[in-house]
Amino acid sequence: MTRERLIWTVLLVAAALWLGVRVTQTGMGSVYVQDLGNATVPASAWDGMAGTARLSVSRTVGVWVAAIFTLAIASFLYRDNPFYKIAEAVVVGVSAAYWMVIGLWATLVPNLFGKLFPGWIHSWSMPGLSPVREAYSILYFVPLLLGVLLLMRLSPKGSWIARWPLAFIIGTTAGIRLVGFIQADFLSQINSSIVPLVVVESGRFDLHATLGNLMMVIGVLACLVYFFFSVEHKGVMGGISRVGIWFLMITFGAAFGYTVMGRIALLAIRLEFLFDDWLWLIDPTGVRPPM
Amino acid sequence: MLDFFAKLDRRWIFLLMFLAVAIPILFQVRFPETPTPLAKAVFDAIENLPDGSKILLPFDFDPASEGELGPMATAFVVHCAEKHHKMYFIALWPVGPQMIQDEIQKVIKEDFPNLVYGVDYVNLGFKPGNEGVIKVIATDLRQLYTTDDKGTNVDRIPMMHGIRSVQDFDLVVNVSAGYPGTKEWVQYAATPYKIKLVAGCTGVQAPLLYPYIPDQLPGLLGAIKGAAEYEKLVVERYHLESNPKYLEGRRRMGPQLVAHLLMISLIVAGNVILFAQRRREKRR
Repeated sequence: MTRERLIWTVLLVAAALWLGVRVTQTGMGSVYVQDLGNATVPASAWDGMAGTARLSVSRTVGVWVAAIFTLAIASFLYRDNPFYKIAEAVVVGVSAAYWMVIGLWATLVPNLFGKLFPGWIHSWSMPGLSPVREAYSILYFVPLLLGVLLLMRLSPKGSWIARWPLAFIIGTTAGIRLVGFIQADFLSQINSSIVPLVVVESGRFDLHATLGNLMMVIGVLACLVYFFFSVEHKGVMGGISRVGIWFLMITFGAAFGYTVMGRIALLAIRLEFLFDDWLWLIDPTGVRPPM
Repeated sequence: MLDFFAKLDRRWIFLLMFLAVAIPILFQVRFPETPTPLAKAVFDAIENLPDGSKILLPFDFDPASEGELGPMATAFVVHCAEKHHKMYFIALWPVGPQMIQDEIQKVIKEDFPNLVYGVDYVNLGFKPGNEGVIKVIATDLRQLYTTDDKGTNVDRIPMMHGIRSVQDFDLVVNVSAGYPGTKEWVQYAATPYKIKLVAGCTGVQAPLLYPYIPDQLPGLLGAIKGAAEYEKLVVERYHLESNPKYLEGRRRMGPQLVAHLLMISLIVAGNVILFAQRRREKRR
């Protein structure tokens, strides 16, 4: 046994012993629920101790599985390992399966079969849908046909047929997005950039707003000059493009700062889950009696 | 010494970051928050509406970003509930309905049991189609939303009477983790139909949404910092300080500060080491 393996074995055995002691002493990782008529709602450990809530085995197992998978994923930071690979494969598999089920029940059944065979879908699976056939429901055979053609991609000889529905998808998506970008990003952003360089509010000079508008206009123009490659960036153009680089760098810095904040928040919530829901080391919401 | 730091195994940095986040969580470290104008704009957008206004709440996020967006989603729901606004939940992300259900259970069912499903709030569930959904419901909601999340026909839901499109809502409050999200709501609803929209988003998205402020997007909560600021405004206005579930955003700002200080220290240290190495090479 190598030194590294020995250290890890000792650490894992010590962690397992500590978990065992805490489970027996505190009941950590347990989840309690209350049955209210036809609904089961989460309850606190206080309720569990008072006898007004019962231990939920399925939710308790869920907490333990989530905790173990969190640790398995985090173990990648040390080195790629089988625990990480198993957790990754489970996430991918579960996500794919979830998408398939959602695709069937949220798209195919209500939006396609519910239009083509409304009476059957109404009686069989979705009583909330209208059983009355729409006037031009026959047109829904077109997306059905396109969907079947898309599946031809799986056929070794007929895979070229899938290009037709794919072309339809790409064309419609490009059309929808083009209009959105022209209206909301191109035209509206030009409109928003046309601002007074000297702001006077109620007869008084507003220095803060004036500086803000000046910075914005200078930044926009300098960045545009930086991306204007038809003229060599020398002399005045070179100076302005360098100002543009500064604005871009500040923007990237702000984006990086926000990204760091987002990633730390994700780490914080996982650690909070481990310390609160699983290990019961902290109790920020006051749902457990003091240990 | 210089070589030691230059060749330091990155796993030590990971360990430092773990400690920087874990220690403030374990010791429940909290810092005061001062709301910025953007957070105030979001708060005012909801607060200044008359009681009982119709609010569309698209919750476009999933468990992966719940840590960042959950606190602001909770604050949005409790703010709307306190103002007696009618809440219409929808989702463009497949796991969105579970996020909606969590907030309904956590806020409405536990603290506002007098609110009635179908009268005060409704969960219209997930619809596939990304920005296509927004484009359709901006003019005709019932073309896609014929039932709620439970399969009840919308014609049998009292609060759906008179709702024909997104334009019938007084405000859209989006919680967004990416695509489709706030950008698409700006592009296909707020800009073409002049629908009033405020949003809360992840840190990665926030810089991309700033250009839309204030004309197309009057208010924006950027990441957990924005959530903490908005949470403070809601909590102080409605005296919710005693309920810890409405202080999640502020609680999660403790690890943020310490981790950011560590990040800044590491960036400074990295640059110092780089310049020191260059100087040493020049001397040689």
